[in-house]
Amino acid sequence: MKKLASTLPNMIISLGSITVIAGALLGWMYSVTKEPIALQAQAQQQAAIAEVAPEFNNNPEEDKWETTIDGNTFVVYPAYDNDKLAGAAVKGVSMNGFAGEIVVMCGFEADGTVKDYRVLQQAETPGLGTKMELWFRDPAGARSVIGKNPDKTSFYVSKDAGGEIDGITAATISSRAFLETMRNAFEAYREYEKTQAAKK
Amino acid sequence: MKKYYDILYNGIIPSNPVFVLLLGMCATLGTTSSAHNGMMMGIATAVVLLCSNVVISMVKSLVPDKVRIPAFIVIIASFVTMLQLAVNAWLPSLNASLGIFIPLIVVNCILLGRAEAFASKNGIFESFLDGLGTGIGFTLALILLGGVREILGTGKIFGAEIFPEDYGMLLFVLAPGAFIALGYLIAIVNKIRKTC
Repeated sequence: MKKLASTLPNMIISLGSITVIAGALLGWMYSVTKEPIALQAQAQQQAAIAEVAPEFNNNPEEDKWETTIDGNTFVVYPAYDNDKLAGAAVKGVSMNGFAGEIVVMCGFEADGTVKDYRVLQQAETPGLGTKMELWFRDPAGARSVIGKNPDKTSFYVSKDAGGEIDGITAATISSRAFLETMRNAFEAYREYEKTQAAKK
Repeated sequence: MKKYYDILYNGIIPSNPVFVLLLGMCATLGTTSSAHNGMMMGIATAVVLLCSNVVISMVKSLVPDKVRIPAFIVIIASFVTMLQLAVNAWLPSLNASLGIFIPLIVVNCILLGRAEAFASKNGIFESFLDGLGTGIGFTLALILLGGVREILGTGKIFGAEIFPEDYGMLLFVLAPGAFIALGYLIAIVNKIRKTC
Protein backbone atom coordinates (compact mmCIF):
# COMPACT_ATOMS: atom_id res chain seq x y z
CA MET A 1 0.00 0.00 0.00
CA LYS A 2 1.25 3.47 -0.85
CA LYS A 3 1.99 5.79 2.02
CA LEU A 4 -0.41 8.70 2.54
CA ALA A 5 0.98 12.02 1.37
CA SER A 6 1.70 14.67 4.01
CA THR A 7 -1.14 17.02 3.10
CA LEU A 8 -2.91 18.95 5.83
CA PRO A 9 -6.24 17.07 5.64
CA ASN A 10 -4.42 13.71 5.61
CA MET A 11 -2.37 14.64 8.65
CA ILE A 12 -5.39 15.90 10.57
CA ILE A 13 -7.48 12.84 9.76
CA SER A 14 -4.67 10.38 10.50
CA LEU A 15 -3.50 11.87 13.79
CA GLY A 16 -7.06 12.68 14.82
CA SER A 17 -8.31 9.14 14.35
CA ILE A 18 -5.29 7.64 16.11
CA THR A 19 -5.84 9.83 19.16
CA VAL A 20 -9.59 9.13 19.19
CA ILE A 21 -9.01 5.37 19.08
CA ALA A 22 -6.29 5.62 21.73
CA GLY A 23 -8.57 7.72 23.93
CA ALA A 24 -11.42 5.24 23.61
CA LEU A 25 -9.12 2.33 24.48
CA LEU A 26 -7.78 4.15 27.53
CA GLY A 27 -11.28 4.99 28.70
CA TRP A 28 -12.26 1.35 28.40
CA MET A 29 -9.15 0.20 30.27
CA TYR A 30 -9.77 2.75 32.99
CA SER A 31 -13.33 1.56 33.54
CA VAL A 32 -12.17 -2.07 33.68
CA THR A 33 -9.40 -1.43 36.21
CA LYS A 34 -11.13 1.22 38.30
CA GLU A 35 -12.80 -1.22 40.68
CA PRO A 36 -9.81 -3.56 41.22
CA ILE A 37 -7.55 -0.55 41.90
CA ALA A 38 -9.94 0.85 44.52
CA LEU A 39 -10.27 -2.61 46.07
CA GLN A 40 -6.49 -3.01 46.21
CA ALA A 41 -6.01 0.30 47.97
CA GLN A 42 -8.75 -0.53 50.45
CA ALA A 43 -7.43 -4.04 51.08
CA GLN A 44 -3.94 -2.68 51.73
CA GLN A 45 -5.28 -0.16 54.20
CA GLN A 46 -7.45 -2.71 55.97
CA ALA A 47 -4.55 -5.14 56.24
CA ALA A 48 -2.33 -2.40 57.70
CA ILE A 49 -4.99 -1.42 60.26
CA ALA A 50 -5.57 -5.03 61.30
CA GLU A 51 -1.84 -5.58 61.67
CA VAL A 52 -1.03 -2.61 63.87
CA ALA A 53 -4.19 -2.01 65.91
CA PRO A 54 -5.18 -3.98 69.03
CA GLU A 55 -7.99 -6.55 68.67
CA PHE A 56 -11.25 -4.92 67.63
CA ASN A 57 -14.75 -5.91 66.61
CA ASN A 58 -15.96 -2.63 65.13
CA ASN A 59 -15.25 -1.27 61.65
CA PRO A 60 -12.35 1.19 62.17
CA GLU A 61 -12.75 2.62 58.69
CA GLU A 62 -16.37 3.55 59.36
CA ASP A 63 -15.48 5.19 62.68
CA LYS A 64 -12.47 7.08 61.29
CA TRP A 65 -11.75 10.57 62.52
CA GLU A 66 -9.47 13.17 60.94
CA THR A 67 -7.35 15.95 62.35
CA THR A 68 -4.61 18.24 61.10
CA ILE A 69 -1.25 18.54 62.84
CA ASP A 70 1.49 20.82 61.41
CA GLY A 71 -0.45 21.06 58.16
CA ASN A 72 -0.56 17.28 57.65
CA THR A 73 -3.75 15.24 57.86
CA PHE A 74 -3.79 12.42 60.39
CA VAL A 75 -6.53 9.82 60.21
CA VAL A 76 -7.44 7.94 63.39
CA TYR A 77 -8.98 4.49 62.89
CA PRO A 78 -10.23 3.68 66.39
CA ALA A 79 -10.33 0.06 67.55
CA TYR A 80 -13.24 -0.79 69.83
CA ASP A 81 -13.51 -4.07 71.66
CA ASN A 82 -17.16 -4.39 72.67
CA ASP A 83 -17.68 -0.61 72.64
CA LYS A 84 -14.63 -0.01 74.81
CA LEU A 85 -11.78 1.96 73.19
CA ALA A 86 -8.92 -0.54 72.90
CA GLY A 87 -6.56 1.70 70.97
CA ALA A 88 -6.27 2.87 67.39
CA ALA A 89 -4.40 2.73 64.13
CA VAL A 90 -3.34 6.22 63.07
CA LYS A 91 -2.28 7.01 59.51
CA GLY A 92 0.36 9.70 59.83
CA VAL A 93 2.29 11.73 57.28
CA SER A 94 5.58 13.61 57.40
CA MET A 95 6.97 15.89 54.70
CA ASN A 96 10.37 16.13 56.42
CA GLY A 97 11.89 12.93 55.08
CA PHE A 98 15.02 12.85 52.94
CA ALA A 99 12.99 12.31 49.75
CA GLY A 100 9.28 12.95 49.61
CA GLU A 101 6.43 11.95 51.86
CA ILE A 102 6.62 9.33 54.56
CA VAL A 103 3.31 7.68 55.40
CA VAL A 104 3.18 5.43 58.45
CA MET A 105 0.30 3.47 59.93
CA CYS A 106 0.96 3.62 63.68
CA GLY A 107 -0.85 1.32 66.10
CA PHE A 108 -1.51 2.42 69.68
CA GLU A 109 -2.96 0.60 72.64
CA ALA A 110 -5.57 2.31 74.81
CA ASP A 111 -2.96 4.06 77.00
CA GLY A 112 -0.96 5.24 74.01
CA THR A 113 1.75 2.55 74.07
CA VAL A 114 3.01 1.85 70.56
CA LYS A 115 1.80 -1.60 69.54
CA ASP A 116 3.17 -1.84 66.03
CA TYR A 117 3.67 0.20 62.86
CA ARG A 118 3.79 -0.23 59.09
CA VAL A 119 5.52 2.14 56.71
CA LEU A 120 2.97 2.57 53.91
CA GLN A 121 4.90 4.92 51.68
CA GLN A 122 8.42 6.30 51.58
CA ALA A 123 11.10 7.21 49.06
CA GLU A 124 14.16 7.36 51.31
CA THR A 125 17.66 6.31 50.26
CA PRO A 126 17.76 2.55 49.57
CA GLY A 127 19.80 0.70 52.19
CA LEU A 128 19.75 3.65 54.60
CA GLY A 129 16.45 5.41 55.24
CA THR A 130 14.48 2.49 53.80
CA LYS A 131 15.56 0.43 56.81
CA MET A 132 12.94 2.21 58.91
CA GLU A 133 10.39 -0.59 58.46
CA LEU A 134 12.70 -3.01 60.34
CA TRP A 135 14.97 -0.73 62.34
CA PHE A 136 12.40 0.73 64.73
CA ARG A 137 11.20 -2.74 65.74
CA ASP A 138 14.72 -4.10 66.33
CA PRO A 139 15.16 -4.82 70.07
CA ALA A 140 18.92 -4.02 69.90
CA GLY A 141 19.94 -0.97 71.94
CA ALA A 142 17.28 1.72 72.10
CA ARG A 143 16.15 1.30 68.48
CA SER A 144 12.69 -0.12 68.99
CA VAL A 145 9.66 2.10 69.48
CA ILE A 146 7.39 -0.88 70.09
CA GLY A 147 6.07 -1.18 73.64
CA LYS A 148 7.13 2.40 74.40
CA ASN A 149 4.76 5.20 75.26
CA PRO A 150 5.48 8.64 73.76
CA ASP A 151 4.19 10.11 77.04
CA LYS A 152 6.99 8.48 79.03
CA THR A 153 9.72 8.05 76.42
CA SER A 154 11.03 10.97 74.42
CA PHE A 155 10.39 10.09 70.75
CA TYR A 156 13.40 11.96 69.40
CA VAL A 157 16.64 10.49 68.04
CA SER A 158 19.27 10.11 70.76
CA LYS A 159 21.55 12.50 68.81
CA ASP A 160 19.10 15.31 69.57
CA ALA A 161 18.82 16.77 73.08
CA GLY A 162 16.72 14.52 75.31
CA GLY A 163 16.07 11.92 72.62
CA GLU A 164 15.66 8.33 73.75
CA ILE A 165 15.38 6.41 70.46
CA ASP A 166 18.45 5.37 68.46
CA GLY A 167 18.14 6.70 64.90
CA ILE A 168 19.17 4.72 61.83
CA THR A 169 22.94 4.91 61.27
CA ALA A 170 23.67 7.40 58.46
CA ALA A 171 19.97 8.24 58.03
CA THR A 172 19.23 10.72 60.80
CA ILE A 173 16.91 12.84 58.65
CA SER A 174 14.76 9.83 57.80
CA SER A 175 14.77 8.77 61.46
CA ARG A 176 13.70 12.24 62.60
CA ALA A 177 10.86 12.29 60.09
CA PHE A 178 9.73 8.83 61.16
CA LEU A 179 9.72 9.73 64.85
CA GLU A 180 7.95 13.01 64.06
CA THR A 181 5.19 11.00 62.39
CA MET A 182 4.94 8.74 65.44
CA ARG A 183 4.76 11.72 67.83
CA ASN A 184 2.10 13.49 65.79
CA ALA A 185 0.11 10.28 65.36
CA PHE A 186 0.19 9.88 69.13
CA GLU A 187 -0.98 13.48 69.45
CA ALA A 188 -3.84 12.74 67.03
CA TYR A 189 -4.82 9.68 69.05
CA ARG A 190 -4.87 11.75 72.26
CA GLU A 191 -7.06 14.39 70.57
CA TYR A 192 -9.43 11.69 69.43
CA GLU A 193 -9.64 10.31 72.97
CA LYS A 194 -10.53 13.80 74.24
CA THR A 195 -13.34 14.31 71.71
CA GLN A 196 -14.75 10.90 72.64
CA ALA A 197 -14.57 11.68 76.36
CA ALA A 198 -16.33 15.01 75.73
CA LYS A 199 -19.14 13.21 73.92
CA LYS A 200 -19.88 10.99 76.90
CA MET B 1 13.50 -18.87 8.06
CA LYS B 2 17.08 -17.64 8.38
CA LYS B 3 15.83 -14.09 7.87
CA TYR B 4 13.31 -14.34 10.73
CA TYR B 5 15.85 -15.92 13.03
CA ASP B 6 18.29 -13.09 12.27
CA ILE B 7 15.69 -10.45 13.14
CA LEU B 8 14.99 -12.13 16.46
CA TYR B 9 18.65 -12.73 17.27
CA ASN B 10 19.73 -9.22 16.27
CA GLY B 11 17.97 -7.58 19.22
CA ILE B 12 19.33 -10.05 21.75
CA ILE B 13 23.10 -9.90 21.10
CA PRO B 14 24.41 -7.94 18.06
CA SER B 15 22.34 -4.85 18.83
CA ASN B 16 21.39 -5.43 22.44
CA PRO B 17 19.63 -2.22 23.53
CA VAL B 18 21.56 -1.89 26.79
CA PHE B 19 25.06 -3.24 26.20
CA VAL B 20 25.52 -2.29 22.54
CA LEU B 21 23.11 0.53 21.64
CA LEU B 22 23.14 2.09 25.14
CA LEU B 23 19.48 3.04 24.84
CA GLY B 24 17.00 3.39 27.69
CA MET B 25 19.73 4.05 30.25
CA CYS B 26 17.43 5.89 32.67
CA ALA B 27 15.22 2.88 33.33
CA THR B 28 18.20 0.54 33.16
CA LEU B 29 20.15 2.31 35.89
CA GLY B 30 17.13 3.18 37.99
CA THR B 31 15.36 -0.15 38.31
CA THR B 32 18.19 -2.67 38.52
CA SER B 33 18.72 -2.52 42.27
CA SER B 34 17.84 -6.24 42.30
CA ALA B 35 17.58 -9.01 39.71
CA HIS B 36 13.85 -9.33 40.32
CA ASN B 37 13.17 -5.61 39.78
CA GLY B 38 15.30 -5.68 36.63
CA MET B 39 13.41 -8.66 35.28
CA MET B 40 10.02 -7.08 35.95
CA MET B 41 11.04 -3.80 34.34
CA GLY B 42 12.40 -5.72 31.35
CA ILE B 43 9.18 -7.68 30.93
CA ALA B 44 7.02 -4.55 31.26
CA THR B 45 9.08 -2.76 28.60
CA ALA B 46 9.10 -5.82 26.35
CA VAL B 47 5.29 -6.09 26.48
CA VAL B 48 4.85 -2.45 25.47
CA LEU B 49 7.54 -2.75 22.79
CA LEU B 50 5.87 -5.82 21.31
CA CYS B 51 2.41 -4.21 21.19
CA SER B 52 3.63 -0.86 19.88
CA ASN B 53 5.82 -2.48 17.21
CA VAL B 54 2.92 -4.57 15.90
CA VAL B 55 0.41 -1.70 15.92
CA ILE B 56 2.83 0.77 14.35
CA SER B 57 3.67 -1.62 11.53
CA MET B 58 -0.09 -2.13 11.04
CA VAL B 59 -0.85 1.59 10.67
CA LYS B 60 2.42 2.64 9.02
CA SER B 61 0.92 3.32 5.58
CA LEU B 62 -1.97 5.31 7.07
CA VAL B 63 0.32 7.75 8.88
CA PRO B 64 1.74 10.61 6.77
CA ASP B 65 5.49 11.12 7.27
CA LYS B 66 5.26 14.56 8.82
CA VAL B 67 3.10 13.42 11.73
CA ARG B 68 4.66 10.02 12.28
CA ILE B 69 6.51 10.90 15.50
CA PRO B 70 3.44 12.25 17.36
CA ALA B 71 1.38 9.32 16.06
CA PHE B 72 3.96 6.79 17.31
CA ILE B 73 4.22 8.53 20.68
CA VAL B 74 0.43 8.48 21.10
CA ILE B 75 0.38 4.73 20.37
CA ILE B 76 3.28 4.03 22.75
CA ALA B 77 1.83 6.24 25.50
CA SER B 78 -1.55 4.51 25.24
CA PHE B 79 0.00 1.08 25.71
CA VAL B 80 2.10 2.30 28.63
CA THR B 81 -0.92 3.85 30.36
CA MET B 82 -2.93 0.67 29.85
CA LEU B 83 -0.07 -1.38 31.27
CA GLN B 84 0.20 0.94 34.23
CA LEU B 85 -3.51 0.67 35.00
CA ALA B 86 -3.34 -3.12 34.70
CA VAL B 87 -0.30 -3.31 37.00
CA ASN B 88 -2.02 -1.04 39.52
CA ALA B 89 -5.11 -3.22 39.49
CA TRP B 90 -3.66 -6.71 39.50
CA LEU B 91 0.02 -6.51 40.55
CA PRO B 92 0.21 -3.85 43.28
CA SER B 93 3.53 -5.18 44.62
CA LEU B 94 5.15 -4.64 41.21
CA ASN B 95 3.79 -1.11 41.19
CA ALA B 96 5.35 -0.48 44.59
CA SER B 97 8.82 -1.67 43.51
CA LEU B 98 8.96 -0.03 40.06
CA GLY B 99 6.89 3.06 40.84
CA ILE B 100 7.61 5.97 38.52
CA PHE B 101 9.57 3.83 36.05
CA ILE B 102 6.45 2.24 34.56
CA PRO B 103 4.99 5.53 33.22
CA LEU B 104 8.53 6.49 32.17
CA ILE B 105 8.54 3.64 29.62
CA VAL B 106 6.83 6.20 27.32
CA VAL B 107 10.07 8.11 26.93
CA ASN B 108 12.29 5.04 26.71
CA CYS B 109 14.24 5.57 23.48
CA ILE B 110 14.21 1.85 22.70
CA LEU B 111 10.50 2.02 21.88
CA LEU B 112 10.59 5.04 19.61
CA GLY B 113 13.90 3.82 18.19
CA ARG B 114 12.47 0.46 17.11
CA ALA B 115 9.27 2.14 15.85
CA GLU B 116 11.20 4.56 13.71
CA ALA B 117 14.02 2.28 12.59
CA PHE B 118 12.13 -0.97 12.12
CA ALA B 119 8.36 -1.15 12.58
CA SER B 120 7.59 1.80 10.30
CA LYS B 121 9.44 0.11 7.43
CA ASN B 122 8.71 -3.59 7.86
CA GLY B 123 5.80 -6.01 7.90
CA ILE B 124 3.74 -7.00 10.92
CA PHE B 125 5.37 -10.37 11.56
CA GLU B 126 8.91 -8.99 11.18
CA SER B 127 8.05 -6.16 13.55
CA PHE B 128 6.62 -8.64 16.02
CA LEU B 129 9.88 -10.62 15.94
CA ASP B 130 11.96 -7.46 16.23
CA GLY B 131 9.95 -6.35 19.26
CA LEU B 132 10.28 -9.79 20.80
CA GLY B 133 14.03 -9.97 20.20
CA THR B 134 14.76 -6.48 21.45
CA GLY B 135 12.45 -7.05 24.44
CA ILE B 136 14.25 -10.28 25.35
CA GLY B 137 17.63 -8.56 24.93
CA PHE B 138 16.56 -5.70 27.18
CA THR B 139 15.13 -8.07 29.81
CA LEU B 140 18.25 -10.26 29.85
CA ALA B 141 20.50 -7.21 30.16
CA LEU B 142 18.45 -5.88 33.06
CA ILE B 143 18.47 -9.26 34.85
CA LEU B 144 22.25 -9.46 34.40
CA LEU B 145 22.88 -5.93 35.67
CA GLY B 146 20.33 -6.32 38.48
CA GLY B 147 21.84 -9.67 39.45
CA VAL B 148 25.39 -8.31 39.61
CA ARG B 149 24.28 -5.34 41.70
CA GLU B 150 22.18 -7.50 44.00
CA ILE B 151 25.00 -10.00 44.65
CA LEU B 152 27.65 -7.35 45.25
CA GLY B 153 25.33 -5.09 47.22
CA THR B 154 23.35 -7.44 49.41
CA GLY B 155 24.79 -10.94 48.93
CA LYS B 156 21.54 -12.24 47.48
CA ILE B 157 20.32 -13.30 44.06
CA PHE B 158 16.56 -13.20 43.39
CA GLY B 159 16.21 -12.86 47.16
CA ALA B 160 18.14 -16.10 47.92
CA GLU B 161 21.10 -15.51 50.22
CA ILE B 162 24.57 -16.33 48.94
CA PHE B 163 26.64 -14.61 51.60
CA PRO B 164 25.54 -12.55 54.64
CA GLU B 165 24.28 -9.07 53.85
CA ASP B 166 26.79 -7.47 56.22
CA TYR B 167 29.60 -8.21 53.73
CA GLY B 168 27.73 -6.58 50.85
CA MET B 169 28.90 -3.31 49.33
CA LEU B 170 26.03 -0.87 49.76
CA LEU B 171 27.49 1.23 46.94
CA PHE B 172 26.21 -1.23 44.35
CA VAL B 173 22.60 -0.85 45.47
CA LEU B 174 22.86 2.93 45.14
CA ALA B 175 23.07 4.93 41.90
CA PRO B 176 26.89 5.14 41.56
CA GLY B 177 27.12 1.35 41.75
CA ALA B 178 24.75 1.13 38.80
CA PHE B 179 27.14 3.15 36.63
CA ILE B 180 30.17 1.16 37.77
CA ALA B 181 28.52 -2.22 37.24
CA LEU B 182 27.10 -1.16 33.87
CA GLY B 183 30.50 0.11 32.70
CA TYR B 184 32.24 -3.16 33.53
CA LEU B 185 29.44 -5.25 32.02
CA ILE B 186 29.61 -3.28 28.75
CA ALA B 187 33.36 -3.81 28.65
CA ILE B 188 32.96 -7.56 29.24
CA VAL B 189 30.18 -7.92 26.67
CA ASN B 190 32.22 -5.99 24.08
CA LYS B 191 35.24 -8.20 24.72
CA ILE B 192 33.14 -11.35 24.30
CA ARG B 193 31.52 -10.02 21.11
CA LYS B 194 34.91 -9.21 19.59
CA THR B 195 36.44 -12.59 20.36
CA CYS B 196 33.43 -14.59 19.11
